[in-house]
Amino acid sequence: MRLERRTRNSPLAIAAASLGAVVFTLLVSAVLVTAAGAPVGRTYVLLLQGGFGSVFAWSETLTRAVPLIFTGLAAAVAFRARLFNIGAEGQLYAGALAAVAVGGMHDGSGLDWPIWLLFPAMLLAAALAGAFLLLGPALMKSRLGVDEVVTTLLLNFIVLLGVSALLDGPMKDPTAMGWPQSVALQDGLSLGQLLPQTRLHNGLLGACGLALALWLVMKHARLGFDIRAVGANSRAAAFAGVPVTRTIVLVAMLSGALAGLGGAVEVAGRTGYLTLDMSPGYGYTGIVIAMLAALHPLGVVAAAVFTAGVLVGADSMSRAVGVPSAIADVIVATSLLAVLVASLASQYRVRWKA
Amino acid sequence: MTAVLQLQGITKRFGALVANDDISLTLGAGEVLALLGENGAGKSTLMSILFGHYTADSGDIRVFGQALPPGQPRAALAAGIGMVHQHFALADNLSVLDNVILGTEPLWQLFSRRRTARARLQAVAQRFGLPVDADARVGSLSVGERQRVEILKALYRGARILILDEPTAVLTPQESESLFATLALLVAEGLSVIFISHKLAEVLRVAHRLVVLRGGKVVAEAPTAGTTAAQLADWMVGRPVSMPQRAVGVKAGDTVCRLESVHSEGGLRDRLRGVSLNLAASEIVAVAGVSGNGQVALAELLCGTRRRTDGNATLAGRPLHADPATLVRSGVARVPEDRHAVGAVGDLPVWENAVSERLGSPAFNRLGWIRRRAARRHAQAIVEAFDVRGGGLDATARSLSGGNLQKLILGRALLPTPDATVPLRLLVAHQPTWGLDIGAVAAVRREIIAARNTGAAVLLISDDLDEVMALGDRIAVMHEGRLTAALPAAAWTRETLGLAMAGAGDAADSEASS
Repeated sequence: MRLERRTRNSPLAIAAASLGAVVFTLLVSAVLVTAAGAPVGRTYVLLLQGGFGSVFAWSETLTRAVPLIFTGLAAAVAFRARLFNIGAEGQLYAGALAAVAVGGMHDGSGLDWPIWLLFPAMLLAAALAGAFLLLGPALMKSRLGVDEVVTTLLLNFIVLLGVSALLDGPMKDPTAMGWPQSVALQDGLSLGQLLPQTRLHNGLLGACGLALALWLVMKHARLGFDIRAVGANSRAAAFAGVPVTRTIVLVAMLSGALAGLGGAVEVAGRTGYLTLDMSPGYGYTGIVIAMLAALHPLGVVAAAVFTAGVLVGADSMSRAVGVPSAIADVIVATSLLAVLVASLASQYRVRWKA
Repeated sequence: MTAVLQLQGITKRFGALVANDDISLTLGAGEVLALLGENGAGKSTLMSILFGHYTADSGDIRVFGQALPPGQPRAALAAGIGMVHQHFALADNLSVLDNVILGTEPLWQLFSRRRTARARLQAVAQRFGLPVDADARVGSLSVGERQRVEILKALYRGARILILDEPTAVLTPQESESLFATLALLVAEGLSVIFISHKLAEVLRVAHRLVVLRGGKVVAEAPTAGTTAAQLADWMVGRPVSMPQRAVGVKAGDTVCRLESVHSEGGLRDRLRGVSLNLAASEIVAVAGVSGNGQVALAELLCGTRRRTDGNATLAGRPLHADPATLVRSGVARVPEDRHAVGAVGDLPVWENAVSERLGSPAFNRLGWIRRRAARRHAQAIVEAFDVRGGGLDATARSLSGGNLQKLILGRALLPTPDATVPLRLLVAHQPTWGLDIGAVAAVRREIIAARNTGAAVLLISDDLDEVMALGDRIAVMHEGRLTAALPAAAWTRETLGLAMAGAGDAADSEASS
């Protein structure tokens, strides 16, 4: 028996490897569940039911998946070009902040624009805020060789503290009884409900549409080829005439814009205003989702739904059997590690002949 | 003659591939044995088995009469086998002495025993006639001197059997001569040498006996005396090979590309210092030189991936742009030195690599979207016209063999797109046949000659003197960033080329260059 490298990427092998990774993850987590003194089978059933077992569970899972799809796409497109954007969390908040700044009820009224103009302006502002937040690190990387992992990661803290200052200062809602929260968006700007009687909103359609568009660009557009070539071998890409620096800057703008849009959609679809606890780390979870999806834009949708389901399901499961809901983090993290190993394995095939 | 090394019936399979098929060979004391074979003939596998990196499926190895335990790299070293690789394993920032003792001392030893080591190194150097400055930094040594350090390293570790892998690939003819003299001294001292090479002429000069591998089998074993180069080539390939010849007497056309005292900044090994050169239509100008004398800078300049810092460069009368896409559009075909790292994106499929230079062309691009069907059709045309064999259009470029990848890169550069308006003006080929087997070498040379015959100017940069002399209508030599005048091939001899490669007459020639 020996391993040999596949000459072409096999979609079947990649799918099988991902499935194997999920099974492995469940086995590992089962050990922890047992250690917590809960019955493994019942725990998993409850977790599945909590995440996917009813219309309500689905609506909660999909609502949670929306921002994860945005940040997952942001990470997927950047990582494809080997631009390691760890700053989606900050870009998400920057986008949300920009959305509130444009569409908020400042002094009780806000911008007096028609909705058909104000709504796109709000999204554009959010996208630009995210994009320009990543522009600096991208330029520093391509011009000066500064490691973007460090700069984007640290920018997260700068942005969060900045948002905190604004929410306690100029952006603070005076009617919020002292809570650090922003003014609310104008009424007409909130995204409509997708499913009546639930929190699920039309942002899901937007997220899926963007995933589809990004997939088409990556597969069929010149820009997609440039991104893949720069990521896989930037020297060869440059030799073939791909503008490497321009591609990296474009990717950065695209990635930041996606995360920024995620922030705007979260405000317009779910919360209606901005608080500092809007995101429980969606930006970082987006990285995990992008890796789970092997950086494939459509895979990001599936991975985001899976992750959201585990997070939502773990909450309801922990109420029932007393396993801490942190098990969700364990499951997501283990599945990431397992998928990374599995994706490596899927590049090889086993030959059984001696 | 006593046998110092015996390989008996070595067989090694990788899946369906039999890399070594019942190979037996014997190395006698004081003998130079040449091991020949094309890429994939099984030479590297055999050496890896000897050094314990692979375990043979069957067969055994005896060194000085003792069985060598399989799969233990240390055992081969302890038994007195030393190897000098084609790419040296030396630390540039350490001295010769440090490089030699590196790895020979125990980890938990308070002080390095440098004095005894130095004395021992001097003794070894003296005995085998390999003078070195033990305190020189390896980074400051010439390639020939570094190779000497590698040989000393093996001898210092007590090697009695020396394996040299393509030792002359990086040497000037004069340095090769001095290596051959060293080998004669080594065998006179009772050492035995396995000499791996594909340069037939030097094999016939240096070796006493030769073994030819093909398809994992020993196909010929003969004393050197009485064997001819043509016979060797036939054994290696399994059929008669005809190397394409350029037709002599084709008249060169107008100037296509002109360099006037071009400078380019860079390290010691990749800079240009006042290079002047005229490239004319229907003419191959071959640039010889030991690698690391500025050839990379010259090639990159004409491939659009490096800027000049001074001097003039024109292409078809216009200033030369340091931009690959512009050069491709103006009719420059480019074959880079490193086909894996620069020539192709290994993770992307063959068809995308085949059109990667032309994705801006309207034939393959509609408003930023790739016209997939047209692009694949063009890729298929390249694969067929240049005989690229492998897993088809959707296989990754990484999966192609070196020869097929090179044919793909040539095809990408040379086959006109369906909407081409600019003719092929200039072909820049840097080490285009490096590491290819004879069949692929012939195919690549055929394309280079064909490009010249259709009226393109060709700049061929090569370390391989035989290639330079076979293909160059005019020949120039690079040394330390300067280029001699490009003289007609007939004006050079192997000796004068060798002298120029070593730097003789640098100053005088660069003044007079055309």
